[in-house]
Amino acid sequence: MQLGPLLLLLVILTVFAYIAGRARAISLAGGDSRKLHSLPAFYGRAAAIAAAVPALILIVVWLIVQGPMLESRAMALLDPADITAERSIEAVSADVHRMTGGLNAILRSGQTPSTDVATLTGQLKTHNVTLQGAPTASMIAAATALEVGQHRSRVWLSLLTALVALAGFALAWRQITPEYRARNATERFSMALLIGCSLIAVLTTLGIIASLLFETIHFFQLYPWQKFFFSTTWNPQFGGGSDLGILPLVWGTLYISTIALVVAVPIGLFSAIYLSEYAGSRMRAVVKPAIEILAGIPTIVYGLFALITVGPLLRDWIAQPMGFGNSSTSVATAGLVMGIMVIPFVSSLSDDIINAVPQSLRDGSLAIGATPSETVRQVVIPAALPGIVGAVLLAASRAIGETMIVVLGAGASAKLSLNPFEAMTTITVKIVSQLTGDTEFASPETLVAFALGLTLFCFTLALNVLAQIIVRRYREQYE
Amino acid sequence: MSGSLFEQDRKTAVRNAAEKRFRAYGLTAIILALLALVWLLISILGNGLPAFRQTMMTFPVTLDAAVLDKSGNRTPEELAKVTTIAYGKVLATSLTAELAARGIDIGALQPKDIGSLISEESSAQLRNKVLADPALIGTVIPFTVLATGRIDGYFKGRVTMASAALDKNTSPEKLVLADKMKDAGILAMRFNTGFFFLPDASDKRPEAAGLGVAIIGSAYMMLIVLLLTLPIGVAASVYLQEFAPKNWFTDLIEVNIANLAAVPSIVYGILGLSFFINFAGLPRSAPIVGGLVLVLMTLPRIIIPTRAALQAVPPSIRDAALGVGASKLQTVFHHVLPLAMPGVLTGTIIGLAQALGETAPLLLIGMVAFVKDFPSAPPQGFFDPASALPVQIFNWTTRGDPGFVERASGAIIVLLVFLVIMNAGAIALRSRFERRW
Repeated sequence: MQLGPLLLLLVILTVFAYIAGRARAISLAGGDSRKLHSLPAFYGRAAAIAAAVPALILIVVWLIVQGPMLESRAMALLDPADITAERSIEAVSADVHRMTGGLNAILRSGQTPSTDVATLTGQLKTHNVTLQGAPTASMIAAATALEVGQHRSRVWLSLLTALVALAGFALAWRQITPEYRARNATERFSMALLIGCSLIAVLTTLGIIASLLFETIHFFQLYPWQKFFFSTTWNPQFGGGSDLGILPLVWGTLYISTIALVVAVPIGLFSAIYLSEYAGSRMRAVVKPAIEILAGIPTIVYGLFALITVGPLLRDWIAQPMGFGNSSTSVATAGLVMGIMVIPFVSSLSDDIINAVPQSLRDGSLAIGATPSETVRQVVIPAALPGIVGAVLLAASRAIGETMIVVLGAGASAKLSLNPFEAMTTITVKIVSQLTGDTEFASPETLVAFALGLTLFCFTLALNVLAQIIVRRYREQYE
Repeated sequence: MSGSLFEQDRKTAVRNAAEKRFRAYGLTAIILALLALVWLLISILGNGLPAFRQTMMTFPVTLDAAVLDKSGNRTPEELAKVTTIAYGKVLATSLTAELAARGIDIGALQPKDIGSLISEESSAQLRNKVLADPALIGTVIPFTVLATGRIDGYFKGRVTMASAALDKNTSPEKLVLADKMKDAGILAMRFNTGFFFLPDASDKRPEAAGLGVAIIGSAYMMLIVLLLTLPIGVAASVYLQEFAPKNWFTDLIEVNIANLAAVPSIVYGILGLSFFINFAGLPRSAPIVGGLVLVLMTLPRIIIPTRAALQAVPPSIRDAALGVGASKLQTVFHHVLPLAMPGVLTGTIIGLAQALGETAPLLLIGMVAFVKDFPSAPPQGFFDPASALPVQIFNWTTRGDPGFVERASGAIIVLLVFLVIMNAGAIALRSRFERRW
């Protein structure tokens, strides 16, 4: 049975279990549902859960285990002589899989697959299956074994699923009595589901850390960590013998983020001050959402903006006339555009924090004769400073982790230079360039991306945690 | 000290000037931020709007049976053997004949140059049309073809006579001819429907590149994100907000969620590559992998507003439900959650909008590959290779032909329109249904 009909069968069984469980509870109570511990529907639900959940778990586990098991058994049948230098094991196994699909189609159309190589190739062709290389006897054997295995596995899965569902239902059926606490039972299950869902966040973090850490350890087995952290050259060569020093990338990342913050912090902070201290409610209602639009624009849009507008503009009007170079991708381009992107992060957070400063502080300052700007500079800002620092740190972590703007705006050459109109590159750009395209996973040139990713993750995590601690401590101060 | 309070002394004047300056700084900052927004939008609109119009040529095409079906049998096998090059020649001859019939002087151009005004994609389109309906062979049909990217660029101001003289793909004579054809009404700018429905085209044919596959790929991923994040996000928020005991473990989950929301998106791409593709063996470039990566990324961004919405429901509602004998779960699912639903949906839509524009993680899981075939219908289509809107934009920016920059900007307009619709929906939902307690 295919997966679709099998699931449909399970749904039907579940619905049946619900109806039967509910009916049994009512009949046991003699038709008077007040004699039951829970509402009749809960008995139905308990029966449905007992029928569906174990069967579903079985299906999922089966599907995860079956693929690799059948695969390894079929590939063991392959003749080692079939795998040559021109025809790698991957190519052969891809052909075997294609053949398996073809055999399946042939069987479904009511024909019998021929054992002769030439006839079989013809049969496969009529079912639109073309192989990259000529099939050999051992490949046909493997493909047949795979086909038979898949077929058998489907039959067994269908039988076992039906059996487990029925057994679960039978158990529930026996459990149902008027005293059975069906509501508590179903709610325990729902609660487990809720807890399971909230664990996904933890699992994601574990997944991120595990995937980064394993490959990073793998990388450091192939490449000395001292060179990675302290070498000042980045020069990956896909033939081997590359220099993979992170320092030029860290320099580019920090340089671009600094420019971004130099652009974003004054603009963001002053807009936040003006909006919270001076602007009327009508201006606030228009300007605040307008600035926040900047945060909702996808980064690819900023990237293209850097590439086609800001880059050429800076090159033609500043870099070339002043002799700084003639590259349209540059640190300044990426930094400026990224600065525009992080303005709303600085301004919204600062705005919230400035608004949280108690009005009494302002009133006190104004009452002793300070002008509004003196109040802001000498009372409001010092009071809000920790929060503003937190906001800036969050913006910095955004800027460091940003990818598309730097991929399109900053360039790809790893350099240690002070000239802001030169193309430089960042950690994120290199993660993208080392991992896109055909990746050979065993080489240090690919694995370095994981070490870069881990560095980036630790960097941004540290900034975030620091920012959160500062902001939280500040919030508590005035609550 | 002398004088009245109505007379500013020097110090007051300095202080008042400082006050004015300070205000001016604030105003300047706001104006700069807004100018940046306007500049960004104008740049994108200015570059992208031409992508919605396309230069096309309409003329009668003589489907010569001697070229397209030499044996005269009209059998599908024989017809399928005729390549697009033959159809290109048919188009070129028909256009030359039409020009001659209209008395348009082709100048120094050779008849073979005429064919190079027509996009190679159009010969493929004509071939598909004929293969679908072999009865057309031998007849004369009106057919609309795409002009090449250079001719299209000329009418959009991207290509000039001077640049054409240096370009080996076109020449000033061809542009002059195109002008004449425009005057004769053969060639015209039309609304570019192909931009929305055609798949991507190769590097040399920007005129035929469309967003069809990318839009479907993005739609599939959004479907996956919606179907998974909404229930999981709501369940997780309900647990954390309503049931979780205050202990180290729930603290851990909370810190976790707060930090996950700030993890750079590219890190999720690495997770997707090493977990979903290398470990779980899911196919590269498939919407299912992209969707799952975006789910993990969007979850924390949805949990945070959902919890806020749950928190906003007053405790009296819970007390009343508990008071009439509802269990805690019934209280939440029958009363609290429905009341919080507008806030939950608003947060979900905004999370989806963010996911729709996300590019970096999708690059790592191979969605940047060139995909020309439409994925099949779900659920099978979730596993077929597809592109996605933001990745398609990135892909186009990396190509040489300047026609693709216009396409990329046009695609951004499409993407922004989707985002505006989603965000407007979220705002409408909030203002229509949100209750203030």
